[in-house]
Amino acid sequence: MEFFNDHKKLFLAAFSLFIVLTLFVAIFPAIENQENNQPLPNYKPLTASELRGKNSFVSNGCVACHTQQVRNVEMDKIWGERPGIAADYAGVERPDFWRNSATLMGTERTGPDLTNVGKRQPSMAWNLLHLYQPRAVVPTSVMPSYKWLFELKEKLEEDDVEVIVPSEFLQGEQRKIVASQEALDLVAYLQSLKQLSLPTGEVADDFLYKKEISEESTSGLSLSMPDGELLYTSNCASCHQANGEGLKGAFPPLKGSSIVLGDDIELFVNIIMLGYDARPEYAVMSAVGTNNDLSPEEVTAIINHERTSWGNDASKVTVEEVKQIIDFIQLTSNNE
Amino acid sequence: MENVQLLSEWGILITLVLISIPVLTAALIVIAKTKKLIADLRHKREFEAFQEYARGLDAKELELLQKRKEELAFKLQGNELKGRQEPRDSRGMLGEISEAEELRFIPKKQREEQSLYVSKDLAKLILWYLGSSVIWLIFGTTVGEYLGIKFVAPDIDHESWLSFGRLRPVHTNSVFWGWASLAMIGLGYYVVPRVSNAPIVSLKKGYHTLVLINLSVLLGSLSLMAGINNGGGEYREYVWPIMALFGVGVIISIINFIQTIATRTTKEVYVSNWYIVSAMMFVLVIAFVAYWPTWQNGLGETIVQGYYMHQGVGMWFMLFCLGLMYFFLPHQLNKPIYSYSLGVLAFWTQILFYTLIGTHHFIFSAIPWWLQTVAIVGSAGMVIPVVAGTTNFMLTFKGNWYKLRGSYTLPFYLVGIVFYFTGSLQGTAEAFRYTNLIWHFTDFTVAHSHLTMYGIITFMLWGFIYTLVPRLTGKEAPQMSIGVHFWLALIGLMFYTGPLMFGSTLRGLMWMDGTPFIETVEFMAPFWLWRAVGGSLMWFSHILFGYNFYLMVFKKVREKVPQSATEILEAREKLVTEQLSSQL
Repeated sequence: MEFFNDHKKLFLAAFSLFIVLTLFVAIFPAIENQENNQPLPNYKPLTASELRGKNSFVSNGCVACHTQQVRNVEMDKIWGERPGIAADYAGVERPDFWRNSATLMGTERTGPDLTNVGKRQPSMAWNLLHLYQPRAVVPTSVMPSYKWLFELKEKLEEDDVEVIVPSEFLQGEQRKIVASQEALDLVAYLQSLKQLSLPTGEVADDFLYKKEISEESTSGLSLSMPDGELLYTSNCASCHQANGEGLKGAFPPLKGSSIVLGDDIELFVNIIMLGYDARPEYAVMSAVGTNNDLSPEEVTAIINHERTSWGNDASKVTVEEVKQIIDFIQLTSNNE
Repeated sequence: MENVQLLSEWGILITLVLISIPVLTAALIVIAKTKKLIADLRHKREFEAFQEYARGLDAKELELLQKRKEELAFKLQGNELKGRQEPRDSRGMLGEISEAEELRFIPKKQREEQSLYVSKDLAKLILWYLGSSVIWLIFGTTVGEYLGIKFVAPDIDHESWLSFGRLRPVHTNSVFWGWASLAMIGLGYYVVPRVSNAPIVSLKKGYHTLVLINLSVLLGSLSLMAGINNGGGEYREYVWPIMALFGVGVIISIINFIQTIATRTTKEVYVSNWYIVSAMMFVLVIAFVAYWPTWQNGLGETIVQGYYMHQGVGMWFMLFCLGLMYFFLPHQLNKPIYSYSLGVLAFWTQILFYTLIGTHHFIFSAIPWWLQTVAIVGSAGMVIPVVAGTTNFMLTFKGNWYKLRGSYTLPFYLVGIVFYFTGSLQGTAEAFRYTNLIWHFTDFTVAHSHLTMYGIITFMLWGFIYTLVPRLTGKEAPQMSIGVHFWLALIGLMFYTGPLMFGSTLRGLMWMDGTPFIETVEFMAPFWLWRAVGGSLMWFSHILFGYNFYLMVFKKVREKVPQSATEILEAREKLVTEQLSSQL
């Protein structure tokens, strides 16, 4: 065919086909999304410190293992309350002429998704220790240690944030471990990662591929209670550890704890739902229950797991007791 | 209702199968016994009939039988066809005569011969390209190997420059832009002029591209390790000024190639050149769209990212390597490609469908639903070019399979073609919404990208390099170490990808099941160990490849002790003249 023997016509045809397709599948949709989406009304731009933290996040390639997207499928429900929408990313702009805007949605989930990590894990002490040595808080983690974001000092100065590290991870280091500005910025960025709620009246998309609940699990009474051990692993173990012994100087043990074993269930539920900051020798506990939207059944399962594990031997509590306390907490917090 | 539910339980099904095995076996035995009984009975009747017949034979029949018995007794003596002359090979047809008793553990394969068609200067340029690509392969996979080890031993170092997040893009980018791209362009400098039957227009331009791309990968790797990157889209981690060096390099060589094609002395533009020139045009478009520094806010970045990362793979590496394959495969098999038209069909359908599939990396994300659907449809459409391409290559092989045994390069081609089929179709399967649900975000994607970028692209490039370099230098690597390279790489790839695919499928199912995240990390540990083992085999094979390449280029050739009649006479004549001249 003549056409195939003329290199100009041939290459021009291939080039044009590719350009046309490129326009329709990449350039036009990208421009349309860029122009027609606005951040949600409650969106706050990153502060200077958070922005520096984001730069550090980008610089260290954290996106290689951590996504920031909640897909509209049931399995992603643990990473956010609703599926992500275009408006969630509309506030992300190019930082400068040299670098691209980083939505940091990612393609690999070797580690957990971070869309909502500011809400799920807001503890400063936990985050700093976790950056210094992930295995100090999560023994089986494969995350790199970011030791170079910390300084070693003989004596603490004013405004220094010290990180208490369990001795087996110090390798004989006697000096104090102090978080650098970059480490603090990075944690500030992580703490800023919270999924925004939709404006009132807007209904979030549904999560697809719901897990089918088989008749068996709904009919049997014993199976209707959630699994306390699983919930403990997901919500509590990163600080209090799987063995319930906590970390010295950072997170208190639950094994043999008077609150866990005691009779003041109201205090216990309050701590889970609202957090705790009564003991200066330990880090502040965040409102784990409220942040993670734990139901009365789930809180009960966690409490009963804690009261009966690691040698703890206290009586189980009932869902009714716990539900009453949680209802009261919600009532008082709504009135504020 | 109850029964239906029971039958859908795996435990019940397996039990049923187990029970049915002995029952079925017993039934089979009974049937066999009965059949034998009937057969025995029939045989007995037949034998009785024969006895009747034998008794009744007459004299004439007996004579005929006797005669036939004598005829059947005839035997050859073994020397009936012997000639009366002494054996001679007057046309010089016999070579490589070896004794039948010799123990041959490793079969000797066909040797490559030096090409007559390539100038010394062009050969040098191509060797520079291939040489630097080999260095990037060894560098890039050393980094990859180290990353694999980090999954098993995360505390192996605490240096910022060597931390996982910074090194990962160093690995991917250096094998992409350093190894595969340089090797492809270098081979392109051989193929484009050869199929155009015209000399390359400018050698100098070739060197410009070489320097620019090497510089780009060097600066890119250093900047990534120093923490300077573009914001985290895969294969788009170099900042644009560094990637621009690469782009300018490609522009210079594409001009060179098109000018060479314009001066061709053949009438048609051979299909290899379609693929090669298009790949270069498209990679420029892709890089331009993805790196233009004044747009892509918000979700725009992600849409372009999906487009960029997949076109980079399919429109640059795949298209270019297919172009090279359309030249090297017929060349190695010494026969034309099975169907030129299939090659043309694959070319246009590849452009049509591949361009659409980018966003299948962001299925279920906030990207518009219609765009995700288009990507899935495009992924299904990829079946057409992949099947067309594979069929074409396989049918070119047809009737020449015996050559596979006698060649040390063809096994590389075959592995490349087989992975082209399986790897590409696996990509299609991964794009469907349900499979995406299980596999997305897991290491399945990592396994897939190694099956394709390694199984297809790298194996093809190795085949081409082992084919071409001996033709440029006249030297070959030992067949033994090429064989070891091949098997280590192939077995390593299997160890790398198999466990990773298996483990990550289960991990995806655990996620769907709501297992605590950290337990799924712990679960992957043994599979990550297997990955490191496979990776080590692959890495070792690259060291061998580097050594082979070194031998093909720099091996000192010992003066050969003359063996054939021609050589002996030549050598003797030389000696005699030397003797005469020294006497004078």
